[in-house]
Amino acid sequence: MSKPVSALMGAAYDGIVRVEDCGLQGMITLRGDLASKPVIAAATGATGQDMPGQRRANVAGQSGLCWMSPDELLVLVPHGEVGDKLAAMTKALGDAHSLAVDVSDARAMFRVSGANAREVMAKLAPVDFAPGAFGPGDFRRSRLAQVAGAFWMEEDGSFCIICFRSVADYVFKLLKVAAQPGSAVGVF
Amino acid sequence: MLILTCPYCGVEADETELAAGGEAHLKRFGPGSSDEELHGYLFTRENPKGVHLERWRHASGCGKWFHAARCTATLEVFGTYKAQVSGPPQEIRDAISAKRPGWSWREFS
Repeated sequence: MSKPVSALMGAAYDGIVRVEDCGLQGMITLRGDLASKPVIAAATGATGQDMPGQRRANVAGQSGLCWMSPDELLVLVPHGEVGDKLAAMTKALGDAHSLAVDVSDARAMFRVSGANAREVMAKLAPVDFAPGAFGPGDFRRSRLAQVAGAFWMEEDGSFCIICFRSVADYVFKLLKVAAQPGSAVGVF
Repeated sequence: MLILTCPYCGVEADETELAAGGEAHLKRFGPGSSDEELHGYLFTRENPKGVHLERWRHASGCGKWFHAARCTATLEVFGTYKAQVSGPPQEIRDAISAKRPGWSWREFS
């Protein structure tokens, strides 16, 4: 068995913000009726987090629930526990019409932190990042330049970004360019 | 730029987050239909100057298909509504009627 590694092996860049590969993160896609009891039990049981509202993320450390669409959640769990959590979720779902799949190794995750984090994100995604419009706990699926990406804001004002692993290098380079020293716009 | 509100995730999504899906409320004619019906289903499309109903997909967002009612001449958006309908709901029709009295589009008015 080969050793699991994250997409960019912990690469980091310091510009007007700090951009870093978050390392290994367990992710489970859960689809189903988000109002049904088995789905709620499976999601909350695996993470200890409450069900998120529309376009919200409830994340603490490496465990959390992110609202992806009206019938989809992204369940975050520590990478080493994915197998056990997935088995427990599958059991909790029973014969409810639903789907839970381990997608950990199909994804890459980045963190953008620093005072200019909103600016860097606003350069790449067609989303209103004004402080009143996007705050801690808010979650969006959108695009980062030319590829799909999802992101949420942490309590400390940093952003966590999830993208497909196949475009991890592209996204990291995008973030590096957007975070070049001297490139602050000063709009927020 | 066209900005549509996705009825599923509530996002005011700009055009770059969306994928256009062509005309709305097409009735499918498959095996057993006449040549004229199949021809109409495949090729005959509305090309109005004015009120138009379209399908869109929130491709870079929640991934859901939805409908939009807009004006092709002014890019004014009258409203968006969910995909699980075979015609525009009454509130959308009312919104269009308020701005474009006497409008009609295919069998809807």
